Amino acid sequence: MVETGTTLVKRGMAEMQKGGVIMDVANVEQAKVAEDAGAVAVMALERVPSDIRAAGGVARMSDPAMVESIMNAVTIPVMAKCRIGHIAEARILEAIGVDYIDESEVLTPADNNYHIDKNDFKIPFVCGCRDLGEALRRVGEGSSMLRTKGEPGTGNIIEAVRHMQKVNEQIRQVTSAKPEHLMAIARDLRAPYELVKQVHDLGKLPVVNFAAGGVSTPADAALMMNLGADGIFVGSEIFKSENPAKFAKAIVTATAHPTDYSLIAEVSKNLGNPMKGIELSTLTDDQKMATRGVE
Amino acid sequence: MLIGVLGLQGAVSEHERMLADCGAKTRRVKTPEDLNGLDGIVVPGGESTAIRKLLVRESMLEPLRDLVAQGLPTFGTCAGMVLLAQPESLAGIHADVERNGFGRQRESFESDLQVTGWETPFHGVFIRAPYLKSVSAPAEALITLDDGRIVAATEKNVLTTAFHPELTGDKRFHQYFIDEFVKATTKTA
Repeated sequence: MVETGTTLVKRGMAEMQKGGVIMDVANVEQAKVAEDAGAVAVMALERVPSDIRAAGGVARMSDPAMVESIMNAVTIPVMAKCRIGHIAEARILEAIGVDYIDESEVLTPADNNYHIDKNDFKIPFVCGCRDLGEALRRVGEGSSMLRTKGEPGTGNIIEAVRHMQKVNEQIRQVTSAKPEHLMAIARDLRAPYELVKQVHDLGKLPVVNFAAGGVSTPADAALMMNLGADGIFVGSEIFKSENPAKFAKAIVTATAHPTDYSLIAEVSKNLGNPMKGIELSTLTDDQKMATRGVE
Repeated sequence: MLIGVLGLQGAVSEHERMLADCGAKTRRVKTPEDLNGLDGIVVPGGESTAIRKLLVRESMLEPLRDLVAQGLPTFGTCAGMVLLAQPESLAGIHADVERNGFGRQRESFESDLQVTGWETPFHGVFIRAPYLKSVSAPAEALITLDDGRIVAATEKNVLTTAFHPELTGDKRFHQYFIDEFVKATTKTA
C-alpha cells in the first residue's frame, strides 16, 4: 500500500535538509542565486522580515502566483509562510503544492489562541520555538521541524542564541531527570507528557531544529551550528548585503564546515557590509516578532 | 572495516547509526583527506544540487569519482543515487535518472517493496525521491515498481536506492552493502 503525508515522510524531509541553509527569497532571480549558492531550500516570501518591519501594517501569506513562479524556477524544495492559526492560508499553500509550510510569527498572527492542527495536512510544517515547552507543543500539533524564533529582520543573533541555548539546556535537564519526575516536568514546561518522555528516552528532540532569526554572517551560522542547530535559516541578510551570491555561498560553506575556522575565515573575507542590524533594546515590545501569537 | 559517510549535508547521522548497528566503524567525510583509507563509502540523502556544489567547492568531486571508478564499494541513497547516476557527478552507475521523479513533497510516500530473495518486504520511504528510467549493462535493476520505475540498482561496486533505508529501523540494506560489497572487495583485494 502506498501512503503519502505520513509522519515519517514529513519528518524525513526535514532530516534531508540537515547541515544546509534555507534562504528567504523574494523573486525568481534571488531563488536562482540561492540555488546556485548551494541552498537546500528557499523560503518564498514577498517581503523579507526587515522589509516587513520597515513597511509596518499587516503581513500576510505571499501571492500564490509569486510562490508558484519560484517553484517553477528552481528544483530545490520551496517553502512558504502562513500566518499563525490561519488554516485557510495553509490549505492554499498545500493546494499549490509547496514543499514545506512555515507557520510563522514573521507574519501578523491570525489567531491569538490556537495554532493550526498540522497533523491533518499532507504537507509538513516548520514552527518557531523559544523553549522546550513551546517546541513540544508545536510537535504535538504536528510540526515536523522546528526552528528558533530569534528576532527576525534585526540582523542580531542574540535571541536565536538564547532560544537554542534554552531548548538544549532543557533537553539536558529532561534527559537526566528521573523517569518518575517527567510528569511534573511536563506540567512545568506545559508540554505533552508523551513527548517529554520521548525527549527523555531519545536524548534529543523528535524532529530537527534549525536556527533562525538574526543569522547575519558566516560566523553567525557557524556559531549556531556549534550550539547544536541542525541547519540554518537566513532571512533578510543575504539579499540586503552588498554581494548576495558571494555572501550566500559563504554562509553555506560555514554551515557545512562549522568548525573549520580557517576555511570560514577565508570565505568571510571582503564580503562587504552585512545589514546594519538593530540593537534589541531599541525595539518596543510591540515591535518584537518572537513574542507574537499564542503564549 | 572503515566506512565513510559523506558528511557535507543531509541525513548523515542516520547512516552512521545504521552502519554502527551493523558492526562497522564509520568516518564522517568532509575533506579530500578524509577519503584516504576507506573500505567503503555511503553517499547519503539530502539535496543533490547542494551536495554536488559542496563537493566541487571542496575539490572532492574528482577524487571521489576516481575512487568509485577504481572500485571503492559505494552505497548511495536518494540524492546519493542521483549523484552516482549523473555522468557529470560521480558516474558510478550506467542509468538514466529522473530527479524528483515522483513529484514534490506532497507526493512523497511510504510503500512496501519486494526484494528478490528476501523473505519479507522492505519498507521504502520515498522523499522527493528520484527513480531510474532505465539501466544499461553492467548495471542491473534490483527493485522495479509495477509501473516500471527502477528504485534500486547495482553496478559492480555500487549500490543505489531511491528510498531511505536509514530512516527505517531495518538494517538489511546496510548489512547487504557490508556483506556483498565491502567484505567481498576486502576479500579479493
